[in-house]
Amino acid sequence: METRKIEGTKTFNARSFFFQWEWLLIALFIIINIFNSGISPYYLQLDTFTDAPMSFLDKAFMVMPMAFVLLLGEIDISVGSTVALSSVLMAISYNAGLPMSLAIVLCLLVGTACGLINGLLLAKFKELPSMIVTLATMTIYRGIALIILKDQASGGFPKWFNFLGWGYVGPIPLMMIMFIIFAVAFGILLHKTSFGRQLYGMGNNLKACQYSGIKTSRNKILVYTMLGLMAGVTAVFLTSRMGSTRPNVASGYELEVIAMAVLGGFSTSGGKGNMVGAIIAAFVIGFLRYGLGLINVSSQVILIVVGLLLIGSVLAANFKPGGKKKSAQKGT
Amino acid sequence: MNNTEKKKSRDMASFREIGLLLFIVLISIIIEVRNPSYLTVENFMDLLTNTSILGILAVGMMMILLTGGIDLSIGAVVALSGMTASIAVSKVPSLNPIICILIGCGVGLAAGVINGFFVAKCKILPIIATLGMMNVFRGLTYIVSGGKWVSAYQMSDNFKAIGTTKVLGINILIIMAIVIFVIFYYFINFTRTGRYIYAVGSNPVSAEITGINKTKVLWLTYSLMGIISGFAGVLWVSKFASAQGDTASGYEMNVIAACVLGGVSVSGGNGKVSGLLLGTLLLGILNNALPLINVSTFWQNFIQGAVILFAIIMNAMVKRRADQANLRRRKI
Repeated sequence: METRKIEGTKTFNARSFFFQWEWLLIALFIIINIFNSGISPYYLQLDTFTDAPMSFLDKAFMVMPMAFVLLLGEIDISVGSTVALSSVLMAISYNAGLPMSLAIVLCLLVGTACGLINGLLLAKFKELPSMIVTLATMTIYRGIALIILKDQASGGFPKWFNFLGWGYVGPIPLMMIMFIIFAVAFGILLHKTSFGRQLYGMGNNLKACQYSGIKTSRNKILVYTMLGLMAGVTAVFLTSRMGSTRPNVASGYELEVIAMAVLGGFSTSGGKGNMVGAIIAAFVIGFLRYGLGLINVSSQVILIVVGLLLIGSVLAANFKPGGKKKSAQKGT
Repeated sequence: MNNTEKKKSRDMASFREIGLLLFIVLISIIIEVRNPSYLTVENFMDLLTNTSILGILAVGMMMILLTGGIDLSIGAVVALSGMTASIAVSKVPSLNPIICILIGCGVGLAAGVINGFFVAKCKILPIIATLGMMNVFRGLTYIVSGGKWVSAYQMSDNFKAIGTTKVLGINILIIMAIVIFVIFYYFINFTRTGRYIYAVGSNPVSAEITGINKTKVLWLTYSLMGIISGFAGVLWVSKFASAQGDTASGYEMNVIAACVLGGVSVSGGNGKVSGLLLGTLLLGILNNALPLINVSTFWQNFIQGAVILFAIIMNAMVKRRADQANLRRRKI
């Protein structure tokens, strides 16, 4: 029964909008790179393609689980604060004498716990919109980070910790390798397991999924916990790249991550999207920023470009003849 | 104050408001016991002055939430309109304050119309459209200002008076907020368009079937939000006597929090002006009165978040109780 359903949906996907959307994103990516190489004769080198991603890969770790959350028709705006809280606790515990490796484990645990709390709250109070619950936890997590570190910064990490964010394995950055591992894992989880299919189902018709015996609450908690874990991973790499941490670190990350996932074809009303699209979208936005940074376009103009790109991409998706128009009222 | 309608479905809303009121009284008592200077006229006027801009914005946001939408761009619109108005006044110091306000409202209206176009006409999800436009407006603010601040000495005294004049000993901001609340109370409860906003939010499909022009109502709502944000922007800049690129950044979350505390449902169709007033007041007390009892400012975020979480969970519990009671009554 279930395998037939998977096959059926697959051919549908290939023929309709998703397949083309990815090609569009790839085309966009190529255009951006042509544009970038026109800026600087030194652009088209292997170094560029290994170095440039390091400027945005820390956020990209969260795009994949955020895509899961969007797939359910939910949202999580607390991830930026989760990153800040785990990063601050890692720095504090290291400076209090905990070995760095344990501090990293603690950071991941804190992230996971934050995600778990979001998930539990949302599973227990199903009538509450995720936007509001995570708005509250966003303020709380950031608040705890502020209480702990006040207006101070904390750093002084050992040398090998910097290697995580800046180091290379051969010609490839360590961060890139980690990202590829996670991307493959999340891709397989979404597209090759029954868990992934259940997520699509829950996004399309939650009631039907409940009646057909899918553990919807458990799945929701799992998805939020994964997002928390990846926020912890982001915190580790971000802190490593910056060398120190402050309580206001990673503010606004939630919106950037959501923008990446939405550009990748995940609708906030749930039920559609493709992991490959989200990952390409992360690279599109990242390289666009990198290129505009090369010609010294101020970060404010980049803000505008990213905003327009986000709206333009959704507009394009809406006007596709194959794409179903969803009501503007759902999924907020 | 709001006992005009005594329908059973309204009982719960009034119960929630009584709860909110009790909570405000409780907090006030605690603060008063710790610091007797809290319940003085002077202090309370300060508190209200500091809360009035939040209240003005919350009025607009409530309309948006009633339609089932959300507007994340208002912080950026506040910054953009405030910046435009203050640049105008720094170029032409003799500019009449009323013209400044009109400039701000005009910029806000333009922003609101664009938001409304994307949401109502293009059917982009409100959260995505306004997220994208938030980036655009914020970027425009930096471009308009050239990255510079407009400081107090560049503003004419007349302009600064917009937010600081006192009429009969009451700060004009409070009066403006009260006027806007009254107008809005009338508009949302006793005009046809106001009732349409509720209808579109509580059941978009049946609203359309009964002949309500959903597109027009939505567009109007976002445009109104724009005007209100523009107005608030001028007030903000005038009150603080400084316009910066990052003015009111993240303030949209505060405004949404005030609405949610006041019992406005983010899924649309539910919410009352009286509740909104109490919610705004509670948030204002939390923001302004905590330093009076020597709560460090670093605790503010945490306390604010905890109160929001507590409020929405209590709401959910009360609603469940009420639903259960209704069911039980039906059985007999």
